Amino acid sequence: MARLTIEDLKKIKEKQKSTFSLREGGYRAKITVHMGTCGIAAGAREIMSALLDEIALAKVEDVITTTSGCAGLCAREPMATVEILNRPPVKYGDLTADKMKEIFREHILGGNPVEKYALAVGSETTY
Amino acid sequence: MQDLSLHILDIAENSINANATEVRIKISEDTGKNLLRIEISDNGRGMDEETLKEVYDPFFTTKCKRTGLGIPLLAQSARECNGDLTIKTGPGKGTSISAAFQYDHIDRKPLGDICETMIVLIASNPDVDFIYEHSRDDDSYALNTADIKKELEGVPITSPGIIKIIKDDISEWLLNKDDMIK
Repeated sequence: MARLTIEDLKKIKEKQKSTFSLREGGYRAKITVHMGTCGIAAGAREIMSALLDEIALAKVEDVITTTSGCAGLCAREPMATVEILNRPPVKYGDLTADKMKEIFREHILGGNPVEKYALAVGSETTY
Repeated sequence: MQDLSLHILDIAENSINANATEVRIKISEDTGKNLLRIEISDNGRGMDEETLKEVYDPFFTTKCKRTGLGIPLLAQSARECNGDLTIKTGPGKGTSISAAFQYDHIDRKPLGDICETMIVLIASNPDVDFIYEHSRDDDSYALNTADIKKELEGVPITSPGIIKIIKDDISEWLLNKDDMIK
């Protein structure tokens, strides 16, 4: 590693440990950004970056992000699926960084799905 | 794909979907030899001979929903600038994809935001170890998330504070590299 030193990591570990130990080990929300070739070409990486920025800004430790392949609706990429504990998953399409930030604030932090950007809820119901 | 960092993200996602636990991304910029080489290697399930024959065909995919365009697009990008793409693979032996480009070719896509690609991969796949090696002539950089995870002793690598420090580290090297070019 060129510049990141063991001392840097030790400092950040101590800092993060205090926050991390407050959690009960589980995650409250999971956001999956669809990262197939179609999604990446349509801008999925920017969607994920916007999401990571919002998570850092909100200082939340109980939200995880992950990626998956193509969801089968290439024309509606970039897409993301938001899953909140004990709630049906919501699939969003035609995303932009700004839309993703809005979804983060309204749905992930606020608990209210953003219907205007949603493609589907659960596995069968659609908006 | 607008730039090569998006191709790298796409191929690395293939590695993750092939159950890789370690993905190595190596970028070599050799201005003396006028060569840019990108190698993405993994320890995933690999491909058999039959799959390898078809992998260059657009729309061939092992996944029921995906398009199968990732490797053909990277191969096309390499061929457009006097380069080529080679694949070494075998069942249970992982896969190594190497793309070579004429460095100063007018049609060569820019590298793009490599830092963003690495951060997206690391933050979304905490169980996968990523090794990122980037060299430009005599200067080089290496980051191994397995080493970082050992030092973190159970604190997730995906914690925003840790992601930020990794991002800053990669960005700093990339900025210095670009300053050297100027």
